[in-house]
Amino acid sequence: MSRLFKQTAYLVADIDTFLDNISKAGILFGLALKEYLEDEPDRFHTRLDEIAELESDSDDLRREIRHKLYSKMLIPESRGDVLSVLENIDNVIDTTKKIVFQIDIEQPKICESLKKDFQELVTTSQNALDFTVKAARAFFKDSDIINDFVHKVYFYEHEADKIEELIKRKVFSSNDVTELAERMHIRDFATYVATLSDESQAVCERISVAAIKRSL
Amino acid sequence: MGSLILFLSGGLFLGWSLGANDAANVFGTAVATRMVRFKMAAVVASVAVILGAVYAGSGAAGTLGRLGAITTLPGAFTVTLAAAISVFFMTRSGLPVSTSQAIVGGILGWNIYAGHMVNYTVLSKIFMSWVSSPIIAAVFGFILFYIMRFLIKRLHIHILRRDLYTRIAFIISGAFGAYSLGANNIGNVMGVFVPINPFPPVTFASGWGFSGVQLLFLLGALSISVGIFTYSKRVMETVGSDIFKLSPITAFIVVLSSALVLFLFASEGLHDWLVQRGLPALPLVPISSSQAVVGSVVGIGFARGMQNIRYNLLIKIGLGWIATPLVAGVLCFFLLFFVENLFLLDVR
Repeated sequence: MSRLFKQTAYLVADIDTFLDNISKAGILFGLALKEYLEDEPDRFHTRLDEIAELESDSDDLRREIRHKLYSKMLIPESRGDVLSVLENIDNVIDTTKKIVFQIDIEQPKICESLKKDFQELVTTSQNALDFTVKAARAFFKDSDIINDFVHKVYFYEHEADKIEELIKRKVFSSNDVTELAERMHIRDFATYVATLSDESQAVCERISVAAIKRSL
Repeated sequence: MGSLILFLSGGLFLGWSLGANDAANVFGTAVATRMVRFKMAAVVASVAVILGAVYAGSGAAGTLGRLGAITTLPGAFTVTLAAAISVFFMTRSGLPVSTSQAIVGGILGWNIYAGHMVNYTVLSKIFMSWVSSPIIAAVFGFILFYIMRFLIKRLHIHILRRDLYTRIAFIISGAFGAYSLGANNIGNVMGVFVPINPFPPVTFASGWGFSGVQLLFLLGALSISVGIFTYSKRVMETVGSDIFKLSPITAFIVVLSSALVLFLFASEGLHDWLVQRGLPALPLVPISSSQAVVGSVVGIGFARGMQNIRYNLLIKIGLGWIATPLVAGVLCFFLLFFVENLFLLDVR
């Protein structure tokens, strides 16, 4: 029995570390994009490396959690839901890495008149991610307050969609960007950044369903 | 010795079917949800059933004795056989059945056949217990649901730790449930043999020992254990996945509330304690663990705002109160006729 207590304690710690990584990735994502917009390539690359390392660590951790949940016969009734929540959250950190790598490869040129809007889009997406991690923590410890976070994620996702649309409208009507290729590049960049909030919303939907299934 | 075993076989058969079916009420959800492994459940349930039967089984068994004091081994054999056959065939036909109700029907059949007066005071006490036990279980289920919900909201326990505690709670409440099942239901299995108990008391060198009745109950409890090990796994998996789709915590509430009800109707200590203080005490009567389980599920359903209540189960409970004793009683009457006239054995 004491072995079961120990295994449970290790697994709880693993899940906490996993969620910490996601949260940290959100902060680094915000900083990386801020530094890119402020034209700080060296600092941007440092953030990119940090995000890549975090993503890799999180993958290892997720695999370890899955292995422990199945091999140690823990939470047999709802381990499928728990794993599904964790795997969905893992998609969020994957998305942050993909966005940052995409920027590094494509180097989109953001004109001054759009930088403020992009910064706002990044902050909004980052907020969605932040509240997703809070919702996930609530799923594990206090399911009564999940909705407090989930509705905020929905709000920020909606806001991100609005800013994304605004940027697209501006870029095609502005005289600051004249080349069609550049316009389309910036449009795609706006779409990439907004996918983070879409992913966050998808995770929250999964968390809500899992929480209903776990309710008394 | 051979004839003794033959005559006791009716009770042992009944014990086996009780172990096969009723252990599932105690550990069914825990095993079906894989919260507790079957081997662990079977060992805990067997040990607890034996302890409950040997040390606390005399109260409920005594009530059956007052309903009909069968004075011959062939008579007791026929009564238990009629009850066992009724349980077996009614279970196979998918009808609600309880060993408690079957044995009462059997004893009534014997009373009528032997020309004895039925003790209506005891009979009404038994009937009232059958009606009240699911209601009491529902009340326990209702209250425990609110207590658990309050604790979960207040304590903010991590999902994984909560699951671990639920497993431990399942084992403890399951052991308590099996102990109460043994104490409450051993009378169904061996109660009719008490007035003609063939076993002498046994005392070991240390001064510790068993009375004759305890030995009789030990034998009955062993047959229940055999039923648990040989057949209950399948029943547990069916009960756990078919009757109720509950979360592990609500399943634990069901186990605990039905165990409490079985205990209330079996514990002589609690009964005497209440009587000494002038408080109302429940009669010591064998009740149906299945109906206690359904009662507690209904209680939880009410606590959740009338969700998950399967009203057809309630109708089946009411049907069981009448149909099971009737079938067992009629069957017992005819079997007594055959045993007396075909095998020329004294059954009265």
